Amino acid sequence: MSFLPKPKLHHPKLPTNALGYTRRDYEGAISTLCAGCGHDSISAAIIQACFELDIEPHRVAKMSGIGCSSKTPDYFLGASHGFNSVHGRMPSVLTGANLANRELLYLGVSGDGDSASIGFGQFAHSIRRGVNMAYIVENNGVYGLTKGQFSATSDKGSKAKKGTVNTDEAIDLVGIALQLGATYVARSFSGDKDQLVPLIKGAMRHDGPAFIDCISPCVAFNNHEGSTKSYDFVREHNEAMNRLDVITSRAPITADYAPGEVREVEQHDGSILRLRKLHAEYDPTDRVAAMHHLHERKAAGEIVTGLLFIDPDPRDLHANLGTVARPLNRLGDALLVPGAAALEAINTGLR
Amino acid sequence: MRGPVTATNDFVVKFANVNGSGSASANQLFAKAILRMGIPIASRNIFPSNIQGLPTWFEVRVSGEGYLGRRGGVDLMVAMNPQTWERDVAEIDPGGYLFYDSTRPVPQSRFREDVHVIGVPLTAMCNAAYTDARQRQLFKNIMYVGALSALLQIDPAVVETLLSEQYKGKEKLAKPNQEAFQMGRDWALANLPCPLGLTLERADKVGDRIYVDGNSAAGLGAVYGGATVCAWYPITPSTSLAEGFERYAKKFRTDPDGRKRYAIVQAEDELASIGIVIGAAWNGARAFTATSGPGISLMQEFVGLSYFAEIPSVIFDVQRAGPSTGMPTRTQQSDVLAAAYASHGDTKHVVLLPEDPHECFAFGADAFDIADRLQQPVFVLLDLDIGMNDWLCEPFAWDDSRRMDRGKVMTAEELEAGRVFGRYLDADGDGIPYRTYPGTHPSKGAFFTRGTSRDRFAKYTEVGAAYVDNMQRLLQKFETAKGIVPRPVLRQAAEPTRTGVIYYGSSSAAMREALSALEAEGIHVDALRIRAFPFHQEVERFVADHDQVFVVEQNRDAQLRTLLMNECGIVPQQLIPVLHYDGTPITARFIRAAIGDKVLAQILPFAGAAAE
Repeated sequence: MSFLPKPKLHHPKLPTNALGYTRRDYEGAISTLCAGCGHDSISAAIIQACFELDIEPHRVAKMSGIGCSSKTPDYFLGASHGFNSVHGRMPSVLTGANLANRELLYLGVSGDGDSASIGFGQFAHSIRRGVNMAYIVENNGVYGLTKGQFSATSDKGSKAKKGTVNTDEAIDLVGIALQLGATYVARSFSGDKDQLVPLIKGAMRHDGPAFIDCISPCVAFNNHEGSTKSYDFVREHNEAMNRLDVITSRAPITADYAPGEVREVEQHDGSILRLRKLHAEYDPTDRVAAMHHLHERKAAGEIVTGLLFIDPDPRDLHANLGTVARPLNRLGDALLVPGAAALEAINTGLR
Repeated sequence: MRGPVTATNDFVVKFANVNGSGSASANQLFAKAILRMGIPIASRNIFPSNIQGLPTWFEVRVSGEGYLGRRGGVDLMVAMNPQTWERDVAEIDPGGYLFYDSTRPVPQSRFREDVHVIGVPLTAMCNAAYTDARQRQLFKNIMYVGALSALLQIDPAVVETLLSEQYKGKEKLAKPNQEAFQMGRDWALANLPCPLGLTLERADKVGDRIYVDGNSAAGLGAVYGGATVCAWYPITPSTSLAEGFERYAKKFRTDPDGRKRYAIVQAEDELASIGIVIGAAWNGARAFTATSGPGISLMQEFVGLSYFAEIPSVIFDVQRAGPSTGMPTRTQQSDVLAAAYASHGDTKHVVLLPEDPHECFAFGADAFDIADRLQQPVFVLLDLDIGMNDWLCEPFAWDDSRRMDRGKVMTAEELEAGRVFGRYLDADGDGIPYRTYPGTHPSKGAFFTRGTSRDRFAKYTEVGAAYVDNMQRLLQKFETAKGIVPRPVLRQAAEPTRTGVIYYGSSSAAMREALSALEAEGIHVDALRIRAFPFHQEVERFVADHDQVFVVEQNRDAQLRTLLMNECGIVPQQLIPVLHYDGTPITARFIRAAIGDKVLAQILPFAGAAAE
């Protein structure tokens, strides 16, 4: 970690976005994670994505649980409200926050211990309930803050730094998210920023439960020979299905593509997901086929990445509950309190 | 043989039924008919954790004097359940009455000599009148209400009105019920000596009081309190609280296009329930959960977050008999300490203690103002007796000039004007800091909420002095709470006395009757009803002003007494526990005996009385 405070001044010609903000306006406090930690790359990708999407930082609520990954919301979007809750319970806190004000953007940041072990239930239920959020798991397959125990996403047969071999089956969070109805599902790698930034942008512009499993090597405890979450291992086995560009009205189409090479999906909010296919047969709008493909490629030893599933017209929890359009936290007495006359009518019915 | 008990408008009727036999609505009809005759009643369901087949009881206390607690004892047993015959017969007071279905002969040995027996061939009558098996079962219940109306002099016109109200719009159902009622009534008038020694006389003692259960009242209170988010997990005996909120919210908070001004989530467990509440409250909505003891145990970690990160939360705990799964359908006041000191580390929380549905409504609404003002958890402790039984209580009241008190929330305008914002800064000296809702201002007022230690400006720190500074401010805030929570209610004895009693919650009704009985015996006791924790200074004064103070509770370990000793520095010898914890609601007779016997014996030993 760095102990030098970051200077507030920046170069006067630093590029600005549509809101007049520079990239620096999306930064947070100095990271206290280890040098080279994958999580810091993800924080940088989040900053880049929000800057490019012209998101007002204070309209984002960043929520997390406990662990190395869950510390990171302090390190980006310093002008946003953040909530570092309790271990494994970010999904419920985020769900409540979302119910209170449907107008903010909800970014949940979690880790593999937080979401696949102690919080597996909350992860699953927030997805199946359809909470409108971007949920990123910074997946390093290891408990970092407690110094190197296996997590529930560690692959069977992978080796811990001290030499122990994992005998438990790994939980594939992408598989679970697909099964439970997430409407935007992706996997990426903290070492591939070109892939990751657009995937985060797509998730932020998605109006439903968007889930990204981001493999993020732990340089201190899980970057050795025999690990399946090390930089080297992931680079060797990474098999990207597609390359994504997220196109908002501000970014006109420029590049030329060969016919059949590109597929465009328009999201509910008007943003366009332009997918450059790397596997001609892969259809990211077919949930069942996506699940099948994942199992097949996993058996072949590949780590499948990219935008794996997209439902361009999702329904969220508010739609399911039928709540009013106005945020619940802005309803005043007149809309909430029935008053004395209504109460007297109730009294009459109880005599 | 002892002569039959004679009483007018003052007796106890208990119905012994089989769960799922449809007896509940007939028994309710019986209770409501007496109420409509202007005579106060208290009714209690005593039921198993089961949907069909196990024994269930319904006890109706008739009290012209208006005593609404359990008295203890039974004057008339309506024994409709062969499984529990022995214990039901045994429970009748000497000289009391046993009403039973005489279709099949019962050997003389199974009756009691000191009990008057009334047999009505209910099954035979039903079999003759109906062919459908379900009808035979259901109308048998209405039929016994008919027979009882003749025996106790219930006004049949009142029953007719109640049935037509109940089946409004479904007149086809009202008629056969009316006929079954009449059949039972006619048979009793023709074949039995009517009335019994127990009689009902029209009175005007009910006034404008209402008859309602505490869970519905608390749910309605949450609607009036402005709650918009409810997250809960089904658990007896709190389920009907969340359902009550939903029923009233649907009625009052549905837009013309059908969209809702509230959100209810049935969560996957109690941890998610309280997590959703905390997330919603952090984001500026009023939110609550409803649960019982096991749920309180599960919520402990989150309650600590709500306390330490200073996020308002409202938790309705409808207490049942613990520990562990305990007796899920029996009542107790055994979560007092679990709520007051919930979570690890040094914590204390506001606890509200309503005595009846009227206060369930009032405190149910007030809890949201208190939680917002203090920015911390507020527990509202009901119990199964208040929550799931219909109580006769003062009508609900509301002042239309009242507005939600959202506490210290800094606005975008205030931030823009340059007001200093430190999330944990005690700007006003009352221990309560200002908060901002997420999304308030583009560049001011954002902060990072965490369960870890932080300084006055919400920056992470493990510096000892900053930690202590924060913990001391939380204590200061708890002092402020004493002036915000409901104050205790004093009932002074007719004559000066050095003996006092402290009580709370659902014990109140039985307590009032016990106090009257004690006074009639010349035993004078000042009584203080505690309505909230932290304790008001008045509580300490009350204890100091008396030589001995009884503390009446429905738990084994004298939990409120422990809290009083711990928080007010009272010596143990001064507080004498009176404890009733067998899962049935406390009775006036029990309290009277426990206090009266000790006072008369002038020995006041330091020991808990056993449950009766």
